[in-house]
Amino acid sequence: MILSKEHELMRKNFRNFAETEFTTEIQEQLDREGGFNWDIWKKIAKYGFAGTKIPVEYGGQGGDYLAYALMNEEFARVCPVLAIYANTPNSLGGGPLLQCGNKEQLEKYLTPAAKGEKHIVFALTEPGAGSDPGSMITRATADGDYYVLNGRKCFISGAPIADYAIVYARTNPELKGAKGISMFIVDMHLDGVSCGKPEPKMGINGYPTSDIVFENVRVHKSDLLGPLDKGYAVAMKTLDGGRLGVAAQSLGIAQGALEEAIAYAKERKQFGKPISYNQGVSFMLADMATEIEAARNLIYSAAQAKDMDAKDASTQCSMAKYYASEMANRVCAKAIQIHGGYGFIKDYKVERLYRDARVMTLYEGTSQVQQIVISRSLLK
Amino acid sequence: MRIYVCVKQVPDTSGKVAVNANGTLDRASMATITNPDDLAAVEAALKLKDETGAQVTVVSMGPPPAEGMLRECIAMGADDAVLISGREFGGSDTFATSQIIAGGLSNLGVGPEDIIFCGRQAIDGDTAQVGPQIAEKLNIPQVTYAAEIHKNGNTLTVKRLLEDGYMTVEVSTPCLITCVKELNQPRYMTVKGILECYKKPFTVLDYEALKDEPLIDPTTIGLKGSPTNIFRSFTPPQKGAGKMLQGSNEEMVKELAESLAKKHVI
Repeated sequence: MILSKEHELMRKNFRNFAETEFTTEIQEQLDREGGFNWDIWKKIAKYGFAGTKIPVEYGGQGGDYLAYALMNEEFARVCPVLAIYANTPNSLGGGPLLQCGNKEQLEKYLTPAAKGEKHIVFALTEPGAGSDPGSMITRATADGDYYVLNGRKCFISGAPIADYAIVYARTNPELKGAKGISMFIVDMHLDGVSCGKPEPKMGINGYPTSDIVFENVRVHKSDLLGPLDKGYAVAMKTLDGGRLGVAAQSLGIAQGALEEAIAYAKERKQFGKPISYNQGVSFMLADMATEIEAARNLIYSAAQAKDMDAKDASTQCSMAKYYASEMANRVCAKAIQIHGGYGFIKDYKVERLYRDARVMTLYEGTSQVQQIVISRSLLK
Repeated sequence: MRIYVCVKQVPDTSGKVAVNANGTLDRASMATITNPDDLAAVEAALKLKDETGAQVTVVSMGPPPAEGMLRECIAMGADDAVLISGREFGGSDTFATSQIIAGGLSNLGVGPEDIIFCGRQAIDGDTAQVGPQIAEKLNIPQVTYAAEIHKNGNTLTVKRLLEDGYMTVEVSTPCLITCVKELNQPRYMTVKGILECYKKPFTVLDYEALKDEPLIDPTTIGLKGSPTNIFRSFTPPQKGAGKMLQGSNEEMVKELAESLAKKHVI
């Protein structure tokens, strides 16, 4: 796809920011120690990257889905963790608010999130409810002006640093599946809210993930987000934007791995010549580059479909997420293979990209869930 | 108060260099960047804008593609841009270039509170002359090598970066200041700034627009108006293969020092 002058400039800017600010030292420290880098967060906030896709009237930058995809791609090319930093407020944090929030809620919660002043995270998954969120058991019971929440969410990205969480809870146990579920904005500092310890993960270390536990948490009814009992179904419409973000992260990871592989293949000599002189290696690079370019066009096209609110945008986002995440895993594996034994050592960036890529086929809907979405749209 | 920032689009020195038959650079065929010292000047202007609400205008002389660079400055926070562009201006040396830019600035109007920022030098020509010459031609004071700038009313206190230390100078407006990279860390563009940068005011001043300016005269601009002409451009010869020195330590050190001295390295 040929980008507009503005989008080309955005790419240049995202790349410059990522390459300059997300130093190798920071990346390696986050991978080693986990936690969260507040200095980088402040810079993301300063330049408005937390609100790239959020309208200007709510403190955002007014960018479109294509801008959002470019940001995820370019940040992830340098380090996927830092793409996740900027992605969360734009997608899973801000998305349900934009879709369902009233003016008061948008001003109170979305604006500070877009400006990077507050963290909003997305709490849907439960230990017994992953790909099948309809089986969730977190309950919200009406009590006067309040709802009382009880339950446990797991694998919640950003929970330990969050100020607010978008929480899904069953408000009507009579209804089954997606019906009878409502959305709430829960202040993480309310009595009865607690986090589990950060999960030790295979990759994307540096953006903490934990359980959130709700024990008789009293949430005011003004923090009910969207219609009662139908909040889940309404919000799901926005979440393919998040899938687009994960697709773009996958694309960035693959691009980063390809560049590492090319540089190494040109430099590393065996049998008296650079290993790139061998077709076994150079054809691998050709395959990687071709798959990356196919994913890139799929993603940009899905982003434009979202921007135009096209009917099949949702399916396109699922296709983009499915293909790009699987592709990134194939590309990273090949990048390691090209590096040989050195690729297995942590001193080489491809080792970290390989681990980081793995979650891309899992979170925000597994590849199998994407296949369900895609096939249902074909067979309806 | 208006702040003008003179910026130049220069070849990306990490890319290939191409030269025209007349010895000038073939800018059109090379990848370009904004001159790094000029970016420090843009940042200095934007910082003053943050503090005082001044209007920041970025100015460049160059071919039409320089528009892209000026739009980037707007995306960083500048209010508007002026491109001085015309065939008549091509091939200028520093005398003619400063003549044209000074003509352009006087056409735009330099008021008593205004400040002009330039970079110390451009990485392509490497002369560091255009800034001071603009100041001379506009008859305003200049401070070069600024490494720190503070504004109090119509007075600027500028710390100059010299080879062996600093010198602090006070200067009143209107004035021209040339900035060094060490002055600051240029800000990034914002997405909002990028979305707006092609909608902001953009003026092109060609020869027609400037021909009545006293500083603009066919004999003082362009290749013809340049007192200096590039006689020959060439690529320095490539270094040959490395040479291993032999003999005792003393002999090797002596030979090394002699050959370095011969090449004027030491």
